Amino acid sequence: MPTITLAQALNEALRHSMRKDPRVIVLGEDVGRLGGVFRITDKLQQEFGEDRVLDTPLAESGIVGASVGLAIYGFKPVAEMQFDGFTYPAFEEIVSHCAKFRSRTRGILPLPIVIRIPYGGGIGAVEHHSESPEAYFAHTAGLKVVSPSNPADAFSLLVESIEDPDPVIFLEPKRRYWIRAEVDLPVANGLPLGRARVAREGTDATIITYGPCVRTAEEAAEEAAADGVSCEVIDLRSLVPLDLETVKASVRKTGRAVVVHEAQVTGGFGAELAARIMEDDFLSLQAPVLRVGGYDIPYPPAKLEDLYLPDLDRVLDAVDAVLNY
Amino acid sequence: MKGVVDPGSLPTEAVQILTPDGTIAPDADRAIDLKEEDLREIYRLMVLTRRCDEESTNLQRQGELGVYCPCLGQEAAQIGSAYALEPTDWIFPSYRELGPALLRGIDPADILHMFRGTWHGGTWDFRKHRFAPYCVPVGTQPLHAAGFGIAAKLDRSDVVVIVYFGDGATSEGDFHEGCNFAGVWRAPVVFFCQNNQYAISLPTARQTAAPTIASKALGYGFPGVRVDGNDVLAVHAVTKEAVRRAREGGGPTLIEAMTFRMGPHSTADDPTRYRGAEEVESWKRLDPIHRFAAYLERESLLTGDFVARCAGEADEAAARLREAIVGAGPPPAEQLFEHVYAVRPPVLERQLERLRRLQARGGEG
Ligand SMILES: Cc1ncc(C[n+]2csc(CCOP(=O)(O)OP(=O)(O)O)c2C)c(N)n1
Repeated sequence: MPTITLAQALNEALRHSMRKDPRVIVLGEDVGRLGGVFRITDKLQQEFGEDRVLDTPLAESGIVGASVGLAIYGFKPVAEMQFDGFTYPAFEEIVSHCAKFRSRTRGILPLPIVIRIPYGGGIGAVEHHSESPEAYFAHTAGLKVVSPSNPADAFSLLVESIEDPDPVIFLEPKRRYWIRAEVDLPVANGLPLGRARVAREGTDATIITYGPCVRTAEEAAEEAAADGVSCEVIDLRSLVPLDLETVKASVRKTGRAVVVHEAQVTGGFGAELAARIMEDDFLSLQAPVLRVGGYDIPYPPAKLEDLYLPDLDRVLDAVDAVLNY
Repeated sequence: MKGVVDPGSLPTEAVQILTPDGTIAPDADRAIDLKEEDLREIYRLMVLTRRCDEESTNLQRQGELGVYCPCLGQEAAQIGSAYALEPTDWIFPSYRELGPALLRGIDPADILHMFRGTWHGGTWDFRKHRFAPYCVPVGTQPLHAAGFGIAAKLDRSDVVVIVYFGDGATSEGDFHEGCNFAGVWRAPVVFFCQNNQYAISLPTARQTAAPTIASKALGYGFPGVRVDGNDVLAVHAVTKEAVRRAREGGGPTLIEAMTFRMGPHSTADDPTRYRGAEEVESWKRLDPIHRFAAYLERESLLTGDFVARCAGEADEAAARLREAIVGAGPPPAEQLFEHVYAVRPPVLERQLERLRRLQARGGEG
């Protein structure tokens, strides 16, 4: 089986979808000639031409707002935001229109748009290039929020997001773009969008996470195993829809849960998970659900980012805490 | 025809004083309003900018900076414009304005800290230098300049503000809003666009269908002017006019300086993917420092002694810059929690405590 990176898997997913469906078009800053600053759209313009891979003016509100119009006409736009921190100019179009068109028009004008966002930190970047904005979007009814953690899921989740009838915020863990895995393309029989994945089975505690932190959680679980602690790792794959059944099944088994994400903890998605687990499964919990995430500060400059990002130490600390509650 | 505005009727040629070989352009319609010592000072600053810029790129290549955005080739646009300001005027930069920063006496190390990742935005004293933090979200700072200009106007102050941005930035909605606000209040703002022909990979022709960026000013009800951005005297002359008009209550101006980014967009960029060597070569022949030096020589203002002094001083500045940056560590982690709010809330106190505990443990282990 060939080995590919997560970035290549995304590139292949776009190619696959564009070959299959002529309505799929890609647009964004530098996505055509350059192939995107992370090369996720590499060589797509060569294959599909300038009418299907659009280098847009430098305007994120323009990219998403125009995607709304393109989708109403009948295209399936896949829009790229160059970095997480530059999604904010498009916030109005995403929240006020992408999220609400289906409901506003009682289903007459749904918007099958995918907004791809390289997100998260850990690449030593300057300000605005390391944000984790998932909570804003998960908080907005009408949007799906998806984040793959590995090459196979990157492929299948992006293909499914493009096929999805609703707008999808597709969060790409940029510091994991270069991780490799053996993947047979096209990925078949993968879990469908909306289902979480048990990334590692365990019995003592459940670590629930998504995107870039799945790797971190897996490494922490490995280390815990050396100390005789068996951690189950759940990779959510999508925050909306949320596969609460898989989460709950695990927590019922272990009785202990730790949520990990890069985003700051206050108002973060971990709070939502903790609340849902508590509401549905209070009595199976042996300890409060703990959150490991960013501090409530702006994302730090590169030389200090390691202090901010959840690492093995902080995850294991939390695992210890739920075990010794 | 009645009521029709025709983009084809708008001028597209740029104001020029010096031709590329450094002679006075035959059709130059602006006077050179600079004393000999000013001309020399402009030359000195251009040389200093180029040298510090080069050193910054080197520092990045050697792993001392995460990334760097070079201004190579844009020295005339940057120094010519900033030199037209009074020291009391304010500057709102993007992320490439090394020249104006040096002119304002900012230590270039204070800029490179941002690119090294020791702190965001730059570490100079923003009020003292009247130079706002570097601004990374493209096209957002024109609104800050508009607000500052409106403030100056409301306060009956005679301060002028200049804002720097690229051709790509003119596509952002915030750019439009900034111009419109400044226009409505006739605020003392100079919108200075360095049209360096590319926004990362996108050429200006694909950025806008307008005949020029300068022509966009018409939509906001104030004058626009396109200038040869590699002609430091022309840039200075048109900026001086704009600054004077702003100070006298005449409102904003949009200046489009035609120049070229000789280097990559940033050190992470590979420009060979989107532009040819020929284009780069053709702009090399228009080098702004060579052009100005040729003029100064012809006017007998550039002695070998002075040239050597400028080069030597620039080398020294580059060496100091290197010394300040190589190995520079970040401030203590506490700083991250220090300025999030005026008063640190309890939740941050707790988080900082936890971070300290982890750090202490890491130190032992
Ligand atoms: C809002 C926003 N979108 C995207 C980016 C990524 N980006 C950084 S610089 C740049 C191109 C800017 O081009 P231009 O305005 O012409 O200025 P130049 O870099 O050429 O000086 C882009 C797309 C950003 N920093 N901010």
